[in-house]
Amino acid sequence: MNGFRAILVRDLRLALRQGMDSIMVVVFFVIAVVLFPLGVGPEPNILARMAPGVIWVAALLSVLLSLDRLFQADFEDGSLELMALGPAPLEIVVLAKVLAHWLVTGLPLIIAAPVLAVLMNMPADGFALLILALLLGTPALNLIGALGAGLILGARRGGVLLALLILPLFIPVLIFGVGAIEAAIGGFPARAPLLLLGALLAGALALCPWGTASGLRQALE
Amino acid sequence: MLNYFANPRRFMKLTGYLLPWMAGLTILMIGVGGYLALFNSPPDYQQGETVRIMYVHVPSAWMAMFCYTTLAISAAVGLIWKHPVADLAARATAPVGACFTFLALLTGALWGKPMWGTWWVWDARLTSVLILFFLYLGYMALNSAFDDPGRGAKASAILAIVGFVNVPIIKSSVDWWNTLHQPASIIRMDGPTIHGDMLWPLLLMIGGFSTYFGWVLMLRMRAELIAGRARARRQLQAER
Repeated sequence: MNGFRAILVRDLRLALRQGMDSIMVVVFFVIAVVLFPLGVGPEPNILARMAPGVIWVAALLSVLLSLDRLFQADFEDGSLELMALGPAPLEIVVLAKVLAHWLVTGLPLIIAAPVLAVLMNMPADGFALLILALLLGTPALNLIGALGAGLILGARRGGVLLALLILPLFIPVLIFGVGAIEAAIGGFPARAPLLLLGALLAGALALCPWGTASGLRQALE
Repeated sequence: MLNYFANPRRFMKLTGYLLPWMAGLTILMIGVGGYLALFNSPPDYQQGETVRIMYVHVPSAWMAMFCYTTLAISAAVGLIWKHPVADLAARATAPVGACFTFLALLTGALWGKPMWGTWWVWDARLTSVLILFFLYLGYMALNSAFDDPGRGAKASAILAIVGFVNVPIIKSSVDWWNTLHQPASIIRMDGPTIHGDMLWPLLLMIGGFSTYFGWVLMLRMRAELIAGRARARRQLQAER
């Protein structure tokens, strides 16, 4: 538990001191969403219809963009090796790093999302569900993404490769995330998609740290 | 059992015996099954002659999932027991499985246009098979992305095992969601719902596709082993 807290505090401190990184992710998220009204035209009905999907896809891509920094810097300067040698199990280290990463890059996305929903003219019934779905979904995305980020350490053309590996695994989160919001907008109960999102998060929380840790061990061999 | 096949020389000898049998069985089953399917089976009362696309579509879709299962199991065996031939099998399976998946998607689209009136719908079965195709591509990309081939094999093995969650989803997608794709009609609790005249050519084609996979898999693995041996010999000569 000590190791968990130490790495969490260290990562948060590092991120706060070079604050640009997390801001960049949010800025990308905002710009990506803003491109859609410009691309498909400012017709309010079309935008309202598209809003949940566009916001979720943009969130997905923002998470993807932020992932290459999750282990890369620590891998290059050797601190990852020290963490692997340290007393805390590598799985705990992974969990702490993912939690810190989510607090720094995931939470700002969730804060920015309602503003974007207003810009996209989304019906007000969906706002609470948008935040709730993102709260359940983005940690799952970060956990799944950490697996890919661990696997591509030291690979050629890592960024493109990461997208190819991880985006197919993101699809279930996208489907149920959008499903919850659209159910709320349409006046249906959103319980089932939310429960499935929660199940995805629980599954990812239980399984992904193991996979990520074994990927990191191979990278450090 | 596992250790027995870890010896590449023993593997070469065994597959040397098996290859002609696999090739013969493939030609026989696809030949007879193909003839029955195309010329000697009744057209469907609703679909007419387009039902014959099914004799390629169903076996390719089965093989797409079978190949991924093979891939995930060999990847796991290679990862856990550091089994060199299993790593080889995983690497050799991926392109074949990707081709079967593509064939299933393509024949499905060709059948969907006259039957459903559209090349593609975003229903759960089609989407999950498309994801399977991307998983194959991701596996192959990750496998060849490292300068050290051993690292590529291990990293992609983890991806293959994680991606296996998709296979049960594909299988059950027609039961869990209300899809345009029809539910299973061969493996059911109450027996197949296809008439025998159509079932037999289909089963023959499935058998033929399976032995074809076995045949190509062995060929590919043998070719890689021989290529590795040739590489080692060239290095030896260069050192002299």
